Amino acid sequence: MSVRTAELFMAIAMFLASLGLMWTVYADDLAIGWVAGRGPGSGMWPFWLSFGMAGASVWTLVRWYNGVTPESRSDDPYIDPETVFLVGVTVAAIFFLLLLTNIIGLYFSMMLFLLFYVKFIGKHSWPLTASVMLGMPVATYMLFEVALNKYLPRGLPFFESIFLHIDDFRYSLMY
Amino acid sequence: MDSIFNLLVAGLLQSFEPLNLAMIFLGCLAGLFIGAMPGLGSVNGVAILLPVTFLVPPTSAIIFLAALYYGAMYGGAVSSITLGIPGASTAVATVFDGRPMAQSGRADQALMAAAIASFVGGTISVILFTGFAPPLAAFALKFGPQEEFALMLLAFATFIGLGGDDIPKTIFSILIGLVLAAVGFDIISGKPRLIFFGMVEFQRGIEFLVLAIGIYGIGEMIWTLEHTKGAVQMHKVDFGFDKVKSNLRQVKDYIGSTFLGSFLGFFVGTLPAAGATPAALMSYGLAKSFSKDGDSFGKGNVAGVAAPESANNAASTGSMLPMLTLGIPGSPTTAILLGGMIIWGLRPGPLLFSESPDFVWGLIGSMYVANFVTVVLNIALIPIFIRVLAMPFTVLAPIIFILCVVGVFATTDRMFDTWLMLLLGCMGYLMRKLNYPVAPAVLAIVLGPLTERSLRQSLISSQGDPMTFIERPISLICILIAVGLVSYPAISGFMKRRRAEMEAAE
Amino acid sequence: MKFLKTLTMSAAALAMMAPAAMAEWQPRKPVEFIIMAGTGGGADQIARLLQGLIQSKGLSPRPFIPINKPGGSGAEALSYIKGKEGDNHTLLVALNSFYTTPIIQEELEIDVTTFAPIGRMAMDTFLLWVNSEQDEITDLESYVAAVKAADTTWKVGGTGSGQEDSILTAMMEKELGYKVTYIPFPGGGTVAKNLVGNQIDSTVNNPSEQMEFWRAKNTKPLVQFNGERTEPFMDVPTAKELGVDIEYYMQRSISGPAGMDPEAVAWYQNLFEELFNSEEWQDYCKSDGLTCDKWITGDELAAFHDAQLKRHVELIEAVGADSITSK
Repeated sequence: MSVRTAELFMAIAMFLASLGLMWTVYADDLAIGWVAGRGPGSGMWPFWLSFGMAGASVWTLVRWYNGVTPESRSDDPYIDPETVFLVGVTVAAIFFLLLLTNIIGLYFSMMLFLLFYVKFIGKHSWPLTASVMLGMPVATYMLFEVALNKYLPRGLPFFESIFLHIDDFRYSLMY
Repeated sequence: MDSIFNLLVAGLLQSFEPLNLAMIFLGCLAGLFIGAMPGLGSVNGVAILLPVTFLVPPTSAIIFLAALYYGAMYGGAVSSITLGIPGASTAVATVFDGRPMAQSGRADQALMAAAIASFVGGTISVILFTGFAPPLAAFALKFGPQEEFALMLLAFATFIGLGGDDIPKTIFSILIGLVLAAVGFDIISGKPRLIFFGMVEFQRGIEFLVLAIGIYGIGEMIWTLEHTKGAVQMHKVDFGFDKVKSNLRQVKDYIGSTFLGSFLGFFVGTLPAAGATPAALMSYGLAKSFSKDGDSFGKGNVAGVAAPESANNAASTGSMLPMLTLGIPGSPTTAILLGGMIIWGLRPGPLLFSESPDFVWGLIGSMYVANFVTVVLNIALIPIFIRVLAMPFTVLAPIIFILCVVGVFATTDRMFDTWLMLLLGCMGYLMRKLNYPVAPAVLAIVLGPLTERSLRQSLISSQGDPMTFIERPISLICILIAVGLVSYPAISGFMKRRRAEMEAAE
Repeated sequence: MKFLKTLTMSAAALAMMAPAAMAEWQPRKPVEFIIMAGTGGGADQIARLLQGLIQSKGLSPRPFIPINKPGGSGAEALSYIKGKEGDNHTLLVALNSFYTTPIIQEELEIDVTTFAPIGRMAMDTFLLWVNSEQDEITDLESYVAAVKAADTTWKVGGTGSGQEDSILTAMMEKELGYKVTYIPFPGGGTVAKNLVGNQIDSTVNNPSEQMEFWRAKNTKPLVQFNGERTEPFMDVPTAKELGVDIEYYMQRSISGPAGMDPEAVAWYQNLFEELFNSEEWQDYCKSDGLTCDKWITGDELAAFHDAQLKRHVELIEAVGADSITSK
């Protein structure tokens, strides 16, 4: 996909999204007009601003048609193949990081994420990979849970119980 | 005047007591690190460490928390500059120029400028605080919804020229930020708005940090990944004593915008509800408008780091004023400090200055000392912060991604927001590639809720009559300044052309 | 080496503690202390005070972590608790939106009577406040006259449509026969400041939000909505004394999610009873005009919630749901 096509698609998508926002406000039965004696109704702000978004998208489309924007004249690939791989893999990795957090907990999924990224994308040595893989969860635990008293997600009860033992140990040392 | 001086000396002496001095030091250090974590700002630090302070006397406790607040303000700049992720909303504007400076190997200059600007901003505002607390408190009371709205207009006016050169895309970016800000419950009508797909999670609204970390954390990292292909290291910088000296010589480049930012920041900070974020943004916008080479802003101009940093530190002191004298927090952090004071048995309000002078002056005295401690600590730690940039990108990037996820979760306690962050980050990246500027959207989501609410509150109280904004003097003045700022580029352009014509004619 | 020693010693200690811990339920992980309002408000202050007391008195083996979920007049917090069914490590700090929000937002399908009743910490009150500069207003009668003279342009500040104070304002409109303009602000503190700055004409605030301005003689209370006069407002008449049939309280209570284990419920009930009876809590109640004379828990609290829920259905019906939400 060239940058030129991408700009067209993006402007159309944003135009449709704006219409969608306007529809949502309208369908929620919010007052989109001026309420006499009270000023703007609860839907006026989001509705007319979305209308403005739609207008700005149309303006971009006109400029695209007339070839005013540099993007509309560019035939370079929107995302070159090499980048598609790197960016795609990264986004997918973060996606799985979040997905697995719900199942095996943040700490274990974080370790898998680091293993994947440092070892297989970065092609770093095993010792470096291992130290990052272990160092990061420990640092996170110390900073967020011990120092800042947060409770980060630990996944399903089975995986959570593993951490409860670690917690028990920590609280037995200091509380 | 004499009595203020005596009280101040007593306060300074109090802050030099060993326990209090230790509290200042610990607070600054803790704040610095908490602030430097993406997502964690002074709010989290103060909220989480509040119970710890029950162990010490109230004066020491507030000194600790105030020092933490200070330290976190600077820490936010550290992650803005080194990682390109604003640690808190107050540090968004610092990213605009701090990030490009770090990328071009000038991270040390940017960090130094941030430290010095913070120091100047903090010190100026403590001096103003010492001298003018009571009249400023009285002035803050005059600020009703009309004035708040006018102030927001003024804030938006300072952003003119902040967007890209593509006007419809800039407009689109501002508008989408304002619309996203409207998601969730509307307090005026009590009705839910824009609850996408009926998901209950949207009732809370889209938090600013989720968008900011999405765009500047995830989006920025992907962007860097694309440009470096994951292979190149980030820029490395040497940092030694000579570097400190040469960086200090640079101060003259940004001292003007630092002073402007300090006064502006303090003033905006003293107004309840405004806080440090609009102050920092306005300061950046003004520095750009009045700079001789405004075009270099956003590409690594050191004044673009100093302006928001001086303002956000000045505002953090300023926002203590409404808290102490009115019992109204000027920022979310002071809201929690307020809760702390009540627990310690202190009653913030109009009588606090006369009933608990030891506490108030101890706090003010500690602010002078905390400023000094923070700047020294900061400069000493710059080499450590810079070391982060020397890590291989394929190690640094995953660590940053994890910090983004943990940072968002730690702030809102919801996995939902981490998903939203990923989605918004990817959208931001795709749109940024097509020359849609992202900064206006981030600014709009910060200021949007306050703008809409104050507009509607004003109109409800005036029975729908828009003249209310012009009839009130303070709001009129703000609106006139806003109009002036918007037309300033046009006028100055016209004047330049005129002068050129005159010269040509001669 | 020292670390290793500590490690083995604590492991041993842990092994010894284990059987004892089995006997009585105790939290094993940090307890989420969900606050259905934003930071800085009354509920938030209470939650953070309780958390501080729990920590400083060492009453719990795991910390309590206050988490604000202010979205949608508490709808966010209630939905969250609803989703935590059977969880033993989540508690809710509730105020009156505990009743009103499920009534106004039926689509949430939240039944608060299923929640585990832990304890009622206090009853908070409301007073009617005006700025002290309004010399001509000295009592309810002159207040009503002034509001009627202003003819709907009288500005009353509050914390948001659908919140408790908007219901109370609507009740007053109905009982006293006038109409006002209700302006929502984000929090009781901001309302108080706008009253002192004369941006609004009157408000119904909790005592804690006005206390300092009152002491500084910036604002004055006209009426209290308690059943009986309460400290420190002994010279302020109640609405009932003046022949106006309004009695309204703000409850401050603690609940757990539905299906919490009975052992856990019992543990939390004991914990909060101890806090309720502590000197620190009783002092706080006195200084902030809260009524904390009777500890209510278990079935008694469930019955209280039930009665309050019914009362709020009636109240909202009486004033009309439309009068507390707007366009």
